[in-house]
Amino acid sequence: MPAALLGRKLGMTRYFMEDGTNVPVTVIEAGPCVITQIKTQDSDGYSAIQLAFEDIKARRSTMPLIGHDAKADAAPKRFHREMRFDEDKMTEEYDLGQNLDVSVFEGLMYVDVISTSKGKGFQGGMKRHNFRGLEASHGVKRRHRSPGSINGHATNLGKGPKIKKGKRMAGHMGNERVTVRNLDVISIDTEKNLILVKGSVPGPNQGFVFVRESRRLNKRKARLAKG
Amino acid sequence: MSGLKTVEEVVASQLNDANSGVNFSVGDTINVHYRIIEGEKERIQVYQGVLIADKNRGVNRMITVRRIVANEGVERIFPLHSPRIAQIEVVRRGDARRAKLYYLRDRVGKSRRLRDQRRGLKHIQ
Repeated sequence: MPAALLGRKLGMTRYFMEDGTNVPVTVIEAGPCVITQIKTQDSDGYSAIQLAFEDIKARRSTMPLIGHDAKADAAPKRFHREMRFDEDKMTEEYDLGQNLDVSVFEGLMYVDVISTSKGKGFQGGMKRHNFRGLEASHGVKRRHRSPGSINGHATNLGKGPKIKKGKRMAGHMGNERVTVRNLDVISIDTEKNLILVKGSVPGPNQGFVFVRESRRLNKRKARLAKG
Repeated sequence: MSGLKTVEEVVASQLNDANSGVNFSVGDTINVHYRIIEGEKERIQVYQGVLIADKNRGVNRMITVRRIVANEGVERIFPLHSPRIAQIEVVRRGDARRAKLYYLRDRVGKSRRLRDQRRGLKHIQ
């Protein structure tokens, strides 16, 4: 059963393992989530469940959403996200209005976390793409952080005079959906609905995150996960 | 919103209570009983020195303990809440007038010592 939950990133701290080693962890408050819709091949052309997280005052929601949540006997929720499945059969073990809490992750070693990264505004090539910039001296004037040449305009697209598409330049950085794969699950607290994962997670503290069972493990991690 | 929980609240269970009852402050000479794991075996090593810095709060709290080994200053920084710390005991109370005693690094000989706090009203436990 592919597990997934919506949650909030609470922040980072350190965690001492039993043997005294100390790992950096991100604390995520995950769930409890309600299943607000079950999508099947017949109804929508694909299979998925829709999860909803965090109560919200009705006046801050919208009528269509309030009605949608009410169909699952749920109070109005702030966040709704889908978890896709390959086939209808996998949705059968879920019921509309069912509650899922962090115990769905029990026994898992790795999870993926999807979230929106912090926005950095308009940034130059050095920060955005790790360009090296130009030299500090040797005759370089007022171009120390410039990206350098962006190649000729004539040949790249055949008909010129345009720059090659996708050329890395300065521009808006951050505030985009980022997936971090295969984070170690350090511990799970079903009482407080917490999951502690090793390492960092995109987005600000209190930011919205989507946590799901890992989909693509490398060979070593896959072997460990099988146990 | 489900209440803005903070990380400090939720990881309170991480705090090592082996040393919660011990009342020590900067300037004291302390013994740190540190668990050392060698393969299968576990033993406890005692490290004695002057507490010269106490940094951070909560689970991140770190203490710096300075001692002189073979005429060479040695400083070890311990995460206070690490489960590897078995015990902390105060050997001598020192009278420190500042929070960080980094000036001790430059001191040699008798001036390296700190006044005993017993001169005042406080005394050793």
